[in-house]
Parts: sequence; structure tokens; C-alpha cells
Amino acid sequence: MFQLFKFNGGVKPPGNKAQSVGQPSATAPLPARLVVPLHQNIGGTPRPVVKAGDRVLKGQLIGEADGWISAAVHAPTSGMVRDIGAYVQPHPSGLSAVSVVIEPDGREEWIERQPVDYRNLPTDAVQTAIRQAGIVGLGGAAFPTHGKTTPAKGVPMEELIINGGECEPYITCDDILMREQGEGIVRGTAIIRDLMQPKKVLIGIEDNKPEAIAAMRAAVAACGENFDVVAVPALYPAGSAKQLTRMLTGKEVPVGKRSTDIGTQCFNVGTVYAVWRALALGEPLIDRMITVTGNVEHPRNWRAPIGMPIADLLALGGPKADTDGVILGGPMMGFVAPDLTVSTVKATNCLIARSRTLFPPAPPEMPCIRCGECARACPQDLQPFEMYWFSRARNFGKTQEYHIFDCIECGCCSFVCPSRIPLVQYFRFAKSEIWAREGDKKAANSAKERFEYKKAREEREKAEKAEKLAKAAAAQAAKKAAEAAATGDSLPVTTPTADDAEAAKKAAIAAAMERAKAQRAAVQPRNTDALNADQQHAIDAVEARRLQAGLETPAADNENPSS
Amino acid sequence: MLIAIAIMALGAVILGAMLGWASIRFKVEGDPLVEKIDSVLPQTQCGQCGYPGCRPYAEAIAKGEEINLCPPGGAEGVQKLADLLGREVKALDAEEKPKQVALIDENTCIGCTLCIQACPVDAIVGAAKQLHTVVAKLCTGCELCVPPCPVECIRMEAIPETIDNWKWKHPVIAIQPVPARKVA
Repeated sequence: MFQLFKFNGGVKPPGNKAQSVGQPSATAPLPARLVVPLHQNIGGTPRPVVKAGDRVLKGQLIGEADGWISAAVHAPTSGMVRDIGAYVQPHPSGLSAVSVVIEPDGREEWIERQPVDYRNLPTDAVQTAIRQAGIVGLGGAAFPTHGKTTPAKGVPMEELIINGGECEPYITCDDILMREQGEGIVRGTAIIRDLMQPKKVLIGIEDNKPEAIAAMRAAVAACGENFDVVAVPALYPAGSAKQLTRMLTGKEVPVGKRSTDIGTQCFNVGTVYAVWRALALGEPLIDRMITVTGNVEHPRNWRAPIGMPIADLLALGGPKADTDGVILGGPMMGFVAPDLTVSTVKATNCLIARSRTLFPPAPPEMPCIRCGECARACPQDLQPFEMYWFSRARNFGKTQEYHIFDCIECGCCSFVCPSRIPLVQYFRFAKSEIWAREGDKKAANSAKERFEYKKAREEREKAEKAEKLAKAAAAQAAKKAAEAAATGDSLPVTTPTADDAEAAKKAAIAAAMERAKAQRAAVQPRNTDALNADQQHAIDAVEARRLQAGLETPAADNENPSS
Repeated sequence: MLIAIAIMALGAVILGAMLGWASIRFKVEGDPLVEKIDSVLPQTQCGQCGYPGCRPYAEAIAKGEEINLCPPGGAEGVQKLADLLGREVKALDAEEKPKQVALIDENTCIGCTLCIQACPVDAIVGAAKQLHTVVAKLCTGCELCVPPCPVECIRMEAIPETIDNWKWKHPVIAIQPVPARKVA
């Protein structure tokens, strides 16, 4: 029997998962247009490599990874690139970012798919292949997967954990993937196992998914691997990488360290499946499983192309009449889509149609009564009520003393709060303020460094110039002295001073300006030059009339060069 | 009596020598207060406070200058300085502006290098008679390059909010109307 460990806290929200696993998954029909955002990963924003009017094939590279921690973006289907521009993103800010708009032609023409011979390639070549295939963590964090496959130096890899926890209510995309694509997941796991060489491979699945556990055990046996498929008790947030690692190994990642520093690493089942598809079939990450559930007639999992507008995906589920919005992600950690035109991205795992009956509006926030429920529920062993006070008072230094950056924003504290305080929102606010401040501080330090360098450089240049001038003056004086000695002249030698140099410079500038003026005067033709007879005649007539009217003195007339 | 005086005198000599040695050994270079103030200032080196750079202003504050003269630092900067120095918070002596970045109009730039010389943080690249451009990442938005430009081709642009610099807002408690109670 596998020994399981426990984490403190956690909550048991109603699962609401059964609705969407009643039917097998289906492939979503192509929408009229796909809006594929370029920045779908943590790290560098990929650079667009296509332009409006290009024809792209399914799986063709449209955004090139920028930097090592970045992942490429590919065309989800064949069609025409209609636009590359700013579109509203599936992000709580509702702001826009660069996206590639593709109009599908319906032919689904693939690029030439080339499987990668990963068994005979060095580690870094396989990592590069994963990066080129645009694979990021599909559990929601969207961290580029290749960046997680390097074990820490000097620390032997003990356990590789494959996360099939999926603890958030409503979401079933990993469940259905494990039921249907168990073999692909196991083969993908084997690829990562070969990269990282762990001693054990553990596949953790919450025990409320017996079909998925059975399917994965069968797949492991069919592939002849020795992976442990472990059922973990269903307790939110058991599907968080940190909590799952703790349950399976009893290890906790220390503050400021990575999981590889304690010899573990965790990947989502969807991610390893995507790795297998990319390397074994040559298919980059262009679609993913998305649960469409909540206030819809037909909740189901859809294999949907990345970049599908959520309105189209929602329509497949048949939203009920009182639907008043869409939650992207789960009810605990997700956010409300800024509008229905936003498209799905690699990190989108679930769409929940919202209604007032399913998700009643949050009751008004009441004062904190210091009951400590939030601290009991916190799976990270933090003290949310303390962090709440300090976040609210904008005392960010104190929030950091209470380890706000260890908060995984799981929402357990808000869930149990009897005063219905949106604690996570306060923590997100504090975190983003701290990040912004740290960024400002860094910028200020670099500006200071550059300013001081510039000052030092100017000083040095000044000194060098003075030295040069002094040298030239000395040379001049020596020359004059020599001349004087040669001619026997006894004139006093004057050393040129800084004033003289200044005066000479001024004179040179004045002379240059004079020259420029002369040049301008010489070059610009006057409109009274080179007149033909008719024009001259007309001018003479005008001048005569003016003279008659007494408007101009004849003296002025004389200045006319043509007269 | 004499012995007592001699002992005291000897003690004084020894302790004095120790103090003298300690003052050399543990000498503090520069004024630590100025360092602390300088680290609070935003280092834009803009001179809007009337001092040529952030450090001179920090030195002036240490000598008793007002703490509300730094517009890029904003009200928050004043607050931080007040906390550091134990002084009273004052309203900022200028308008608070959003963060800006300089932009050179490439069609108008004549390559005179005047802005390059004015930039306190070397954030403008270019050479004589070559087009200049601002390295936006290094620009502190100090506006010092704007006045020297003879062709007025430099303008300041507010940095727009993007997904990368977007911040979560402080949660607000929505005010909900309370149904009016019937007066019996």
C-alpha cells in the first residue's frame, strides 16, 4: 500500500463534476475565425513570423519563442491570416495584446509533421523540440514546459509527479483526457522520465475519479511501465502542485526554492500528453481539452483549437437563457471573462456559464472577526487574516513578513470566511503592488548607476580634454620658443589660455555661420530673378500704378534688381 | 593621592587611545542618512526639485530641505521620506504626473546630439548627423531632453497600461441600496 501524507487545511466545495463527464469528449467545429494571442506563456512574448494576408497551414509556426523561457505559437488550422493586432485577452484586466487572427479555410491542411527521434537525441535537443512545439503547463500556470525539465545541479531527482488531481469544482478536462488518452499520457510521462531520470514516477489522481484511475492503471500496464498510479483523497486543493507533492512524498518546497531543489518535479497530465503528441506525432500544441459546463444545456468536454472565441465554444454547450457571463477556469481560482469575444488560450481549461442561481452575487463584506477559520483552511500554512490586515492597510513590507508570496491564491480562505471577505483579492492586490514596487526599485537603481557612470565619464572626458589642450599649448610654446631662439628674437612667449581657446572657438563658429548665410543667399533663387518679358511688363505696370497711388517711393522701386 | 591620579591618567590615556583607534578602524564613509534618503528617491535625475540630480536633493533634505519637492516620487515618495525622517507629511509641491517615456520623431530629428548630452542616464543613442532614438526601457521620463531639442521633435508619452504592467486593484466594497423601511 502506498503511503500517503497529508497537508493542513483544505476545503471540500461541492464537486459539480458529474454533469460534464456524462459524454465522451468531442472535437469542436472550426469557428468562423480564430484569434490566437501571441503571449500565452509565462516569460518572453513570442515574435510574430507571419503577416496579414499570408496563408498558413495547420501547425505552422506563427509566433517564434523569444528567449529560453518562452514557447512558440502555431496556427491551429489552415487558413488565411487576416490581421495581426491588439485584441482583448482572456485576462482579468480585460486589456488587449497582440493576437493573430486566422480565418479557417476548412481544409485542415497540416504542415509536414515530423516526429522527433527523442530516444536518440541529447537532452537539450529534446528540450528545444518541446519549446518549438509551444508546450506550456496546461494546468493553468502556462510555464514553458521545457524550462521545468532540467533537474537541479547536485540534487538527484527522486520523484516525478504527474498531476491528475484536478481538484477544482466543475473542471473535468483532465479526467476525460485520462479516461480517453491514457496511453498518450503514459508515453509522454516516459519522455519526461527519460529527460529527468527520476527514481520513481507517481501519477496522482483524486479518488473522486475512479474511471480515470482505472484507465490510467490499464494504460500503465499496457505500456509496460512501472509508474505508480496513486489515488489521493479528494480535498481541495489537492491538485495544486505543491499540495500534491506533499501528499505523495511528504516533502515541502522551502521558501524561495524550486521543487527540483528537493528532487521532485510536477507536470499536468495534459502537458505530458501534449509532449507526447509533439515528439511522437510531430503535432505542436494547437488544441486542448476544455470543459464547457455550468448553466448550459449540454455540459461536455471539447477538444477545441487554441484561439477559439469563447462565445462559439459556449454556443456548443447551449447556454440557458439566464446566463449572465462566463467564468474562465474554475469557480475557486478562475475569473470572469471580460467579454465573450475573447478566445481560448493554452491555459484555458474550463468555461463555466454563470447565472445568478448558480453563482449568487457575493454578499457584502463584513468586518474580520479574527475567528481564524482562514488560517485553519490555508493549505500553505499561512495566516490569511494577518496578511489581510496588512494588504488592506497597504503595509506591504509586513505582508511579505507573513510570506504573502507563498500564497497560491487557491481561495480556501475566502471560501470559509464567515465575514465573506474576498481575501484572495486583497492578496493579489498586495502581490501586484509589491511586484510593481520592486520593478520601480530596480529601474531606479539602474538609472542611478547609469547617471553616476555618465557623470564619471564626463569628468574623465573633461580632464582628458584639458590635458590634451595643455599638451598642445606646451608644444606650441616650445615651438615658438625654438623659433624665437633660431631667429634670435626676444619677444615674450605667450601661452594660450583657456580664454583664448574659447575666443577662437567663438570666432570659428561665427565664421561658419557667416559662410552658411552666404551659401544660403547664393543658393536660394529669388522669385524676381530671370523674368520673362511678359512678367516684367506686368510688374512694371503694377509699379507704375503703385507710384500713381503714392503707395511706394520711387527709391524703393530702384532696389528692384530687374529695373 | 598621587597614585590615584596617576592611575586615572593612565586609564584616560589607554581609553583615549582605544577611542582614537576605533574612530579610524570603524570610520563611516559618507553620510548614511543621505544614502537612505537617496535610496527612497526615484532616481529619475530630472532636477524638478531644483537640485541637479537625486543625490544633491538627498543631501539637501538631510540638511533640512522640504521633502515634498520631488514630482516623480509622488505623494507616496513624500510619505516614505516622512516615515524615514520622522517629519510631517506634506502635500506634493507640484502636480503628480503619470509615468512617461520620451519619444523622438524620426522624421524631424536632425541629429544634433543635444538631447544625448542632456540625457542624465544615457538612454538616447545616436551620433552627429545620425538619427537619434530613445531606449524606452532605460528612459526615466525626466523630460530633460525636451527643451534642448532645436527642432522640437521630442515628445513625452504616458506609458500605457498593458497586461504586463497591469495591477490588481484594491478590492472595493460595493455599496448596495438598502430597501427603504416602511414607516408605520
